[in-house]
Amino acid sequence: MTLALFFFYLFSIVVVASAFMVIASRNPVHSVLFLILTFVNAAGLFMLAGAEFLALILIVVYVGAVAVLFLFVTMMLDVDFASLRTGMLQYAPIGVVIGGILFLELLLVGGSYLMAPTISGAPVVPIDQTIDNTRALGQVIYTRYVFLFQGAGAVLLVAMVGAIVLTLQHKPNVKRQDALKQSTRTRTEATELVKVKTGQGL
Amino acid sequence: MNSDLSSFASLAPAYPELLLAVGVVVLLLGGVIFSKDRSTGIAFLAILLLIAVAGVAIWPPAEGILFNGGFIVDGFARYMKFLVLGGSAFALVLSTSTAKPMGLDKFEYSILVLLATLGMMVMVSANDLMSLYVGLELQSLALYVVAAMKREDSKATEAGLKYFVLGALSSGMLLYGASLIYGFTGMTQLDQIVTAVAGAQRSIGLIFGMVFLIAGIAFKISAVPFHMWTPDVYEGAPTPVTAFFAAAPKVAAMALIIRVVTVPFGGVTHDWQQIVIFLSIASMVLAAFAAIGQNNLKRLLAYSSIGHVGFALVGLSAGTSVGVEGVAVYMAIYVAMTICMFAALLSLRTSNGYVETIPQLAGLAQKRPFIAAIIAIVMFSFIGLPPLAGFFAKWQVFLAAIDAHLFALAIIGVLASAVSAFYYLRIVKVMYFDEPQSEFAAAPAELTAVMAVAGFLIVTYFVTVASPLYNAAHAAAGSLF
Repeated sequence: MTLALFFFYLFSIVVVASAFMVIASRNPVHSVLFLILTFVNAAGLFMLAGAEFLALILIVVYVGAVAVLFLFVTMMLDVDFASLRTGMLQYAPIGVVIGGILFLELLLVGGSYLMAPTISGAPVVPIDQTIDNTRALGQVIYTRYVFLFQGAGAVLLVAMVGAIVLTLQHKPNVKRQDALKQSTRTRTEATELVKVKTGQGL
Repeated sequence: MNSDLSSFASLAPAYPELLLAVGVVVLLLGGVIFSKDRSTGIAFLAILLLIAVAGVAIWPPAEGILFNGGFIVDGFARYMKFLVLGGSAFALVLSTSTAKPMGLDKFEYSILVLLATLGMMVMVSANDLMSLYVGLELQSLALYVVAAMKREDSKATEAGLKYFVLGALSSGMLLYGASLIYGFTGMTQLDQIVTAVAGAQRSIGLIFGMVFLIAGIAFKISAVPFHMWTPDVYEGAPTPVTAFFAAAPKVAAMALIIRVVTVPFGGVTHDWQQIVIFLSIASMVLAAFAAIGQNNLKRLLAYSSIGHVGFALVGLSAGTSVGVEGVAVYMAIYVAMTICMFAALLSLRTSNGYVETIPQLAGLAQKRPFIAAIIAIVMFSFIGLPPLAGFFAKWQVFLAAIDAHLFALAIIGVLASAVSAFYYLRIVKVMYFDEPQSEFAAAPAELTAVMAVAGFLIVTYFVTVASPLYNAAHAAAGSLF
């Protein structure tokens, strides 16, 4: 048993087990933590397959951003997860059917690739086996595909501006901390000297 | 990997897009940093930016294909870009004084309009299925947000949501078509697909892909049977936004459908011709009959725009250079008429808010004779009465259809035009022959100026703009064939 094979089975078993725990655990926060475990181990599988760019993206984007967002949502929103879980057994047969279809499709894709590798066609950009895939991606993304890359960036800018426009509310009566205002305050505008007459009060 | 970008000068064909992209980011930063009364200032700067970009777009330093085949600048792209930029700029002019009552007084409105315009320019210049999709999404995403921008208004929110869901559906269809085309030809570049289409015997999968691609774009030009979102979105969105929707994105999507059917599928004209003829007839007939029952002016204009898309597609149905020329002229006149109509609509304000329904126009001719005259001119031009611009627009496309021996299509078009005259004339009748019911506030100066200029061009079309416009459209269509 080679070391690579050992790690493959290790990662695969942990992925399958933690993926099951994501849907099986009672506490939603535990589910999110198991989801993170699934992502990290899937990244390990990508690493073994030589797709180090995908592995790192999975860690950075999914673990670093998406899973943390999930955690925030599950902890901050008052969602009744117990009621969401009712009827899980009822939907189990449909889940099994969909899983079976996906499995068959995977078999078809894998089988056709093994039997006739030419069927998937030639890639537009020829694959250079001598360099690793992060470098290969970097070589085309800022040259051949720079227009599409920057265009996608503009789409994301629209998404960001749009999300802010549609959700940000300026509340006029909220008191915010303004450090500049605080530190430029002088004694004359903050305090007032009042002469109080004896026996009268303010 | 080699790239065709060796220096800044080699980017010359894309200068208009670069200028717009950089300008948008600068204006966005400016809007965030300067917080005092920024929406009007940013809108003003945005209009100036659009004018500058239009200048660079008409006189670009160079033409050609850039970004490894993803981007093309030719006469057609320049013509359509000028129309798109003009439509966007005038839509922003319409919103300068009306933004506040319409709930659009945020600087992000101008920014999103500019970003949508950038997307439209990418669409017009797309020479690859991928850049086509990126441009389309950039435009659509900005439009969804703009439609829902007045978020405290439930109608506007509904319009935005409806537009988003149906837009996502159309994007899915378009992508499915694109994937089929790629799967059956192995290429995504439009001018390379043409060799695959012409070389081998055309496969049924490729035709399927083409049908889905056309259906996806037909959503964007709101041709029947993909028009369902149009009346609701036009009615729900704030009126300046509706003016923008009716003017610029239609032109960009029309440019896209023209390029997609003529460049990669130029060899199988007969296959797409039937689809375009069907879209055209369905749009003209449905719009003519469905608009009769409308009482809301914006819904009526929505059906009217569906009908105009149908008439423009008559030209494309011909599948010839003359036909595309007719469509180009039609879209230019359509933009001018639409902007003029919405300027008139936005300058009609009673004590109960903006005029939205036809009965509210009663007696307008006695209270505001100038605006009533402008609306009447636009209505007669919509019908296609000579010597107004609308007549020459329809004349060109019908002539192209007759040249291509599509007699039935031309006859149905003329009949639909006659039916549509009913509801256009009803507005004129209400304005001129009904008793006035309410007082109208004075029109803002810039709207009056827009109405005056557009009205003048519509009336004097044949003597003033006809021949330069015809020459430009001729050059534009010539670059595609």
